[in-house]
Amino acid sequence: MSPLQLCLVLSSLLFCVGLAGALARSNTILVLLGIELMLNAANLNFIAFWRYGPQPAAGLGVIFVLFAIAVAAAEAAVGLALVIAIHRHRKTVRLQDSTALKG
Amino acid sequence: MTLAVQHLWLIPALPLAAAAVGALAPRSGRTLAAGAAIGAMAGSFILACLALAGALADPAAHQVFNFAWFDLGFGALRLGFLLDPLTAFMCVMVAFVSLLIFIFSTGYMKEDANYKQFFCFLSLFAAAMLGLVVANSLLLLFVCWELVGLASYLLIGFWFHKPSAAAAAKKAFITTRIGDLGFLLGLLWLQDNQGTLLFYDGGAGFLEAAALANLSHLLPCGLAVSTAIGLLIFCGAVGKSGQFPLHVWLPDAMEGPTPVSALIHAATMVAAGVFLIARVYPLMTADQALANVPVHALTVVAFIGAFTALLGALIAVAQNDIKRILAFSTVSQLGYMMLALGVGSWVAAIFHLLTHAFFKALLFLGAGSVIHAAHHEQDIRALGGLSKKMKVTYLTFALGTMALVGVPLLFSGFWSKEAILHAAHGWRVSHLPFYAAVLGVVLTAFYNTRLMAETFFGSPRSENAAHARENGPAMTLPLVILAACAVLLSLVNLPSYPWLAAKLLGEQEVRGHPIFEGAGLMGLSVVLVALGVGLGWALYGRSLRANSAAKDPLAVRAPGVIAALANRLGFDELYAATVGRLNAALATLADVLDRFVWGGAVDFLAALGQFTGLVTRETDERTLNGGFDTTSDKLRGAGQAYSQAQTGEAHGYLRTLALGFVILLLLVVLGGAR
Repeated sequence: MSPLQLCLVLSSLLFCVGLAGALARSNTILVLLGIELMLNAANLNFIAFWRYGPQPAAGLGVIFVLFAIAVAAAEAAVGLALVIAIHRHRKTVRLQDSTALKG
Repeated sequence: MTLAVQHLWLIPALPLAAAAVGALAPRSGRTLAAGAAIGAMAGSFILACLALAGALADPAAHQVFNFAWFDLGFGALRLGFLLDPLTAFMCVMVAFVSLLIFIFSTGYMKEDANYKQFFCFLSLFAAAMLGLVVANSLLLLFVCWELVGLASYLLIGFWFHKPSAAAAAKKAFITTRIGDLGFLLGLLWLQDNQGTLLFYDGGAGFLEAAALANLSHLLPCGLAVSTAIGLLIFCGAVGKSGQFPLHVWLPDAMEGPTPVSALIHAATMVAAGVFLIARVYPLMTADQALANVPVHALTVVAFIGAFTALLGALIAVAQNDIKRILAFSTVSQLGYMMLALGVGSWVAAIFHLLTHAFFKALLFLGAGSVIHAAHHEQDIRALGGLSKKMKVTYLTFALGTMALVGVPLLFSGFWSKEAILHAAHGWRVSHLPFYAAVLGVVLTAFYNTRLMAETFFGSPRSENAAHARENGPAMTLPLVILAACAVLLSLVNLPSYPWLAAKLLGEQEVRGHPIFEGAGLMGLSVVLVALGVGLGWALYGRSLRANSAAKDPLAVRAPGVIAALANRLGFDELYAATVGRLNAALATLADVLDRFVWGGAVDFLAALGQFTGLVTRETDERTLNGGFDTTSDKLRGAGQAYSQAQTGEAHGYLRTLALGFVILLLLVVLGGAR
């Protein structure tokens, strides 16, 4: 297997672990963790395709990933703030309990 | 130092500013309003004197200053100011008499609550009158003419809480408006014909030879165009100057405060008609050269003037209210002025206008002084015996009366009346006006002797008259000054040295003739005056009235005639029965038309509109609304159905996402293999 394929397999495994966590866990924080894992799997793909792609010299992939990490950090901050706010009001962090936005 | 013609507008502008001050001053600003009015009038008087000096430097010239008011499709509408001896003399007279009357008013109106409005209105009047005099455009003159009428209306109705004063104000306004309609028509006709309303405009004005030549063609009815326009303008003068048949408003105007009667209804405004005809005299005489016309404009003027002179004097004989006697006397004297204009001597008319302004203002102010002292008792039957109580008023009033009657040699009224009688005697068209004027002289002497005897001689015949005492200097000083003028004004136009006439006619040199030329006529008028005074004295002076209810000696001798005259020959009743009836009938007709014809049409249109509205509403509610409602319901149902998918459970969403992702992946993988 080429290094690229190895990287892709790794990132697929990482994605599946994240997806499984996001779908299976009921603690909202852990669901967020799962989502972060999936995001990082995608980041790994960016790096891999850049490193083994036609133009490895230009820092395009790294910059892409840095942006994605920055956005993910901001998103995690917002997500955790929401969780804390919900916890203050309802004394719970179970995702199943927060269904106020249903149609 | 003289006032140039381009600064002539300052003369009316000063009192106008004073009127603005009076209007804006608080109700308590009595001294401010009166001070502004008197100060502005004094300023105007000084400016008018300067203007007179400027006009006399070259009396033949018509100095003009014209400017465009605004542009219209057919050219600019132009206004202007005119300075010639006629304007200048009028300005000086109006400003001087106004000044004295303003001063008198500070005493007469002292107790009135609306003191400051009074001075505001007086200033407005003075501004309009001075504007009328300095105008070089018939349009500007007309505007000021109407403003003068407005001020007159406001001042006649000054005591509007009296129903009679309110009615008199309306009567004056409406009656003069009838004449003004003719004036306006004449003005429009002239504008249409000449394209300009300027009097003098360096050869292009309508009073100059080039324009007058255009006006000599004949209308289908045989009149020359200039005759027709002249007579229409004369209609305005008839209304304003209280000539027959529109004289009815002037006696009623005496409901206003007495200074108003003196200023507006004796000295200045009512003379505006005479001034107007004198101003457009070239137009009035334009038809004199035509031989084949049925009537000349001036002939009509002369006959109306003579008739009015006689009519006013006749009615004055039987009046009992001191102000009404003077009012009818004014009507009569204005008739004399019109007569002078009609027989071709406009200079005599203006001379009489000037002298009359002074002695009639004097008489009215004297009457005001009497009324003020006698606690608003105006009936001469209830007065009497005032000669001892009010010496200044008595003496000045006597001087004024002698000027009005025409006591020979010493008094201005004698010379101006003499000039008119001479002119009437020399008229070639008819001698009737002359006889009317001569008869008028006798009657004038007669009723004035009666007025003097009843008011001042004998003993007081009422409480009010018994308690009368002389007024303060604010009221007596103007009387003394006016009395001096009434006497001395004769000096400006003695037959031996007719300075005024020469200046008015634009001659540098004054050519007089011996003072007793035409002594026959003069002797006749002296005899006539003596006859009138003698008759009056025989009836009223020798045996004085015993009490206020005693019968009039003339009414005892000829009860029917005196009753008719006291009723003013029934002109008011006649107008009420004819014009008033006609007006009421027209009003009823208009009411019927309004209510049923036009009202019906409007109601029909409204019903049509309502019907259309009904139809539209039904269509809306039954047809269109159904369609929209169904669509809305469907949309709402669909929204509800879709919202079922929105469970609010984050896991559910994630699962859906994952499922979608897997399906996409499968599609890509399977598709990519192909």
